[in-house]
Amino acid sequence: MAHAAPLSAPRAEQGLGVYTQKLGMWVFLASEVMFFTALIGSYIILRWGSAESWPVPHEILAIPITALNTFILICSSVSMVKAYAAATQDDQKGLRRWLLLTVIGGATFVGVQAFEYHHLISEGLLPSGIREGSALAARLVDTGKVSATAAGLFGSAFFTMTGFHGFHVTCGVICMTFVTIKAFRGGYRGGRYHGIETIGLYWHFVDLVWIILFTIVYLI
Amino acid sequence: MTAAAMPQGAGLHAGHDDRPWIRRYVFSTDHKTIGIQFLFLSLFFLLAGGLLAMVIRWQLGFPGTPVPGGSILPDAMAPGGVIRPSFYNALVTMHGTFMIFFAVMPLLTGVFANYLIPLKIGAPDMAFPRLNMWSFWLMIPAGTLALAGFFVEGGTAAAGWTAYAPLSNSPLYTGVSAGQVLWCLAIVIFGASSLLGSVNYVTTVINLRAPGMTWMRLPLSVWALFITAILALLAVPILAGAIIMLLFDQVLGTHFYLPTGGGQPLLWQHLFWFFGHPEVYILILPAMGLVSDVIANGSRKPVFGYPTMVAAIGGIAFLGFIVWGHHMFVSGMNPRLGTTFMASTMLIAVPTSIKVFNWLGTMWRGNIHFHVPMLNAIGFLSMFVIGGLSGIFMAATPVDMYIHDSYFIVAHIHYVLFGGSLFAAFAGIYYWFPKMFGRRMDERLGRIHFALTFVFYNLTFFPMHLLGLGGHMRRIYDPTQYPFLAPLQPINRFISVSAFLLLTSQLPFAFNFFRSLFRGERAEINPWRDNSLEWTLPSPPPHGNFAATPTVYRGPYEYSVPGEVEDFLPQDRPARAAAEAH
Repeated sequence: MAHAAPLSAPRAEQGLGVYTQKLGMWVFLASEVMFFTALIGSYIILRWGSAESWPVPHEILAIPITALNTFILICSSVSMVKAYAAATQDDQKGLRRWLLLTVIGGATFVGVQAFEYHHLISEGLLPSGIREGSALAARLVDTGKVSATAAGLFGSAFFTMTGFHGFHVTCGVICMTFVTIKAFRGGYRGGRYHGIETIGLYWHFVDLVWIILFTIVYLI
Repeated sequence: MTAAAMPQGAGLHAGHDDRPWIRRYVFSTDHKTIGIQFLFLSLFFLLAGGLLAMVIRWQLGFPGTPVPGGSILPDAMAPGGVIRPSFYNALVTMHGTFMIFFAVMPLLTGVFANYLIPLKIGAPDMAFPRLNMWSFWLMIPAGTLALAGFFVEGGTAAAGWTAYAPLSNSPLYTGVSAGQVLWCLAIVIFGASSLLGSVNYVTTVINLRAPGMTWMRLPLSVWALFITAILALLAVPILAGAIIMLLFDQVLGTHFYLPTGGGQPLLWQHLFWFFGHPEVYILILPAMGLVSDVIANGSRKPVFGYPTMVAAIGGIAFLGFIVWGHHMFVSGMNPRLGTTFMASTMLIAVPTSIKVFNWLGTMWRGNIHFHVPMLNAIGFLSMFVIGGLSGIFMAATPVDMYIHDSYFIVAHIHYVLFGGSLFAAFAGIYYWFPKMFGRRMDERLGRIHFALTFVFYNLTFFPMHLLGLGGHMRRIYDPTQYPFLAPLQPINRFISVSAFLLLTSQLPFAFNFFRSLFRGERAEINPWRDNSLEWTLPSPPPHGNFAATPTVYRGPYEYSVPGEVEDFLPQDRPARAAAEAH
C-alpha cells in the first residue's frame, strides 16, 4: 500500500480526516474480521452441535508453551506501539530497534507454532483427526476418553483456525521485514510515519485475533 | 488539490502520456483501463455462461437427442453429442458460477465501480491504483481455474453453484474430485480480487471526493457502488472461509461438513447463504444505481426523492444481512425461526418499493427521451418489478415450501438477474460507451437489440413460472422421465427455442459493440447532456482524469432547472442564477 503514496494526501474538507492508507487498512480489517468470524463461528457451531463430548484441549495441546508464545506475540504488539511512538518523535534509532524487536517477536511466534504443529502431528493429531495407532490415540481414543469423531472435528478446526492465523502472522512478518529495511534506510524520517501506523494496525489486529483464538481453542 | 498530491502523470493530457505500452494497456494502474479490462473479461464469461445455458436448454427441450455440433465433445461429456447426466450437472453448476462470479459481478462492480467512481467524484484515480490492478489480474487465474475444470479427469464441479455439502465435498456423490477443488480455488482467488476492489471503492469514495462533492451530492450510481462495496467487503470473506473449509474437507480430510465425521452439512448452507443473500444485492444494487442515473437523464428531471433513494439503498443492504434463512425454509429449521426470516425478508419490499415508485416518480410527466440506455433502463424497471413480486412468493414460508427448488425460483432469479442486472448493465454499456471509447454505439442496432432481447427474454423466462408451479424441479436432467411432467414438455420446448433466439438477439449487440469500437461515430464530450463530472472530460478522458480538481456546486440531477437556457446544469458549473441575483 506504500506505493499509493502520491495519492495519499488527504482532502480534509471531504474525507473523514483519516489519511487514505490508514482508512484503507481499517476497511481491509473489517473484511478480515468477517473472515475470522466465519472460522470461529463454525468452530462454535461444530463444538456445541457435537453429539460426542468435545476433547478437553489441555489433554491434547501444550498450554504452557502456547501461553508463552501468546506472551511473546503480545510483547511484539507492545514493541510495535513503541516503534510507532518513536516514529512520531522522529527517533530513528528507537524506531529501528523496536521494529527489529517486533519482527523477532512475530518470527518467534511463527517458529514456535511450527514447532507445535510438528510436535502435534508426530503425536498423532492431524487435520483429519487423531491418527490410528499414534501415541495420542493410545492415550485418548483407545481409553475411551475422547471419541474419534469429536477428536476429528477438533483437529479440523484447530489446524484451520490456528493455521490461518499463523498465515496472517507470517504475512505480517514479511511486510514488517520490508518496513524494517526501509526504516534502516531512513525511509520514515521527518515525520513520514504513516506506513508504520498502518502496518501497526494490522499487527495489533492479528494479535487480537490470537487472544480470541487462544482463549476459545486452548483454554475453554 | 496541489499538483504534488496528484499521481504520477496526472494532470497530463492524452498524448503527453509517457507510460510504456505495457503499463498503459496491460498492467495499467489507471482505473479507466482496469474498468475496460473488466468489461472484456465479463463479456467473455457472459458469452461462455450463455453458451452453457444453450446446451442446458437443448437437453431440457429435446432430451436424449444429440446437441447440434455436440459431437466434438469428448465421450466423458456427451457421447455422440448426447449430454450425459453428469455433464448436465456440470453445465448447470458452471453456468451459475460463470454468470454470477465472472460475468455479472465483474460487469457491474468491476467495470462500473472502477470506471465511474473516480470520474464521478472528481478524483484522479482510485485510492490504491496498484491494488486495483491486482484486483483485475487476480481474475485471470481465477477464471482460468474455473475454466480448467472442464479439462480435468472427472470433469468440472457438478454440485451446483451453491455447492451444497456433502454433495460438494466428496467425489462419492458427483464423481468429481479435481474439478471441485479447482472450483474452490477459483472462487477463493475471485474473493481476493473482490476484496482488493472493495477496499479501493470504499476508501476512494470516503476520502477522494472533490471539494463540494458532499455525500448528498453523490450520483446514486456512486452511492449504490459504495454500499455494494461494503456488502462485498463483509460478505465475500464469509464465502472464502466457508469454501476454504470445503476445500480442506476435500484435500486434507477434515470433516467440517461431513456428517460421517461429525460435521454439519447445514453449517455450509448457513455460511453460504450468509454470503449468498448479500450477494443478491451485490448483483442488483449497482444496477439500481446505474438505472437511477439513466432514468433521470432520459426523463430530463431530477431523481424523485433522492434522500429516500439513498436511505433505501442502505436499508436494502442492512436487511440483506438478516434474511439468509429464507433460502433454507425446507432445511428443517424451527418454524419460529422461519417466521422471523419471513418477516425480515418481507421488510425488504419496503425500501425496494420506495426505489421503484421513485423511479416512476422521476419519469412521471418527464420530457422522456427514449434513447437506447433509457429503453434498457425501462426494461430493467419493468422486469425487476416482476422479479421482485415473484420474490415475495418465495419469502412466504408456506408458499416457498411448495415452490422451493422448482423452476419458479429459476424464473425468479432470471427476472432479477437478467431482467434486472443485465438490462441495467446494457443500459450502462450503451450510456458510458462513448466516454470509454470516444465513439458512439449505433442507435438503430441498439434499439433492435433491446426490442429482440426484451421479447425473447420474456418468452424464455416467463413460462418458467408455469413450469415451477407445475412441479418441474430446478436441476433435472430429463423431465420426460416423470409422467406428471410430460404435459409440460411443450412449454420446455418453447422455452428452449426462445432461449436460442435470445442468444441470437445478442448478435446485434456484439456487432454494434465491436464495430463501434473502431468505426463508431466520434463522441462529443457530453452526448447525453448529463450533469455528472465525467461528462466535463474529453471522451475518452486522459490519464489522470482532471487537469485541475473540479469544484462541485450542486447535486447530479439538476435537469430542466427553471430559468436555465439548457435543460441540464453540470455539477461543476458555478451557479449563474445565484450570481446574477446578487
